[in-house]
Amino acid sequence: MVNTILIVAGVFMVLGILLSLFRFIKGPDITDRTVAFDVMTVTSISVIGLIAYFAGRIIYLDVALVYGLLSFLSVVAIGRYIEKGL
Amino acid sequence: METLEIIGALVTLLGSIFIFLGGLGIVRMPDLFNRIQAGTKASTLGTILSLFGLAIINEAWIWKLLVIIFFVLITNPVSSNVISRAAHFRGIKMTDKTVADLLVDKSNKPGEE
Amino acid sequence: MNIRNVTNLFVLLFLIWLLLTGTFELTSLLLGIVIAGGLSLIFGKNSNVFGKLRLTPKVFIYSLHYLIVLSWEIVKSNVDVALRVINPKLPINPGIVKVKTKLKSPMGRMILANSITLTPGTLTIDIKDDEFYIHWIDVKTLDPEIASQEIMGKFEKILEVIYG
Repeated sequence: MVNTILIVAGVFMVLGILLSLFRFIKGPDITDRTVAFDVMTVTSISVIGLIAYFAGRIIYLDVALVYGLLSFLSVVAIGRYIEKGL
Repeated sequence: METLEIIGALVTLLGSIFIFLGGLGIVRMPDLFNRIQAGTKASTLGTILSLFGLAIINEAWIWKLLVIIFFVLITNPVSSNVISRAAHFRGIKMTDKTVADLLVDKSNKPGEE
Repeated sequence: MNIRNVTNLFVLLFLIWLLLTGTFELTSLLLGIVIAGGLSLIFGKNSNVFGKLRLTPKVFIYSLHYLIVLSWEIVKSNVDVALRVINPKLPINPGIVKVKTKLKSPMGRMILANSITLTPGTLTIDIKDDEFYIHWIDVKTLDPEIASQEIMGKFEKILEVIYG
C-alpha cells in the first residue's frame, strides 16, 4: 500500500521534471533556462529522497544535500554572471 | 503503525502533486517573473512536503530530513531573488498583461545588499 | 574580534555538525569542535548578524508564532497560485510594486524579504534602503501604504517585536 502510493508520487515528480526540461530546452532566454534548471534540481532532491527510501540507505540523503548545495551555488553564480560579468 | 505510514505516503503524494503543478506552471506562464512565481515556489513546497512525508514514514531519518528541509527553505528564496534581479537588470521583456513596473524608472543600478 | 559573534557562530555550526553526523562518538565530536571552531574563528570577525539577536523567552515564543504564520501563508498562497495555473484562462494580473518597511535591523529585513519571496504570488526583486520592489502576480493597488499592509502586514508585526 505504502509502496504503491510512493510509486505514484514518483511518477508525478518525474512528470514535473519532464515539464521543466521542456522549458529548459525551449528557453527562450538564459534566465528562463536557469529557472528551469533550479526547479529540476529542487525536484531531484525529493526524487533522491524516494530512492533512499526504496533502497533503505540513509547515506543517499547526504547525496541529496550536496546536490542541493551545488545547484544553489551554480544558480547564484549564473545570476551574478548575468548581472555583472565575471 | 500502518496508518501512520499511509498518512506519510499521502503527504508525499500531496507534495509530488505540487511539484507537478510547478512544472505545469513553468511551461504555461507567459514571462520569466511569473515562471519564477509558479515554478520555484510550488516546487519548494512540494519538496518540503514530500521529505516531511518520508520523515513520517521512517522516523529514524527525521533529523537528516529536517536538515535538508531547513536548507531548501533558506536557499530557495535567495536563488530566485538572484535570478529575478539579474533578469530585471538585463531588461527581460515582461508580458502584455503587466500592470505596472515601478522599478524601471529608477536608475538601473543594482542596489546594495 | 568580537567574542560574542564567534561564540554564536560556533554554536550554530556545531549544532549543524551534530545533526549531519548523527552520532555522539568521541572522535566525531572532537573533529566537529575543531572544524566549527576553525570556521567560526575565520568568519566570525566580520559577521555582526547574530550579535543583535536577544534571546529572551518572549523572542522565542514570537519566533515559533512567526514560523506557524509563515507556514500557513505559504500553504494558502501555494494553493492560490496552483489554482491559477490549472485554470485554462490563466487569470494573472502581474506588476512590480513598491512597498516601504518599518524594520530597521538588517537581519529583520533579510528575513522579511525572504519570507515575501517564499510565499508564492509575491517575489522580492530589489531592496533599496527601506524600499522593497516586489513582483506581485495579482496587483490590487499601486499605493505603497496599502500594498505594504496587504503583502507583509502579518510578517512585519511579529518581526518588529523580535528585532525591535
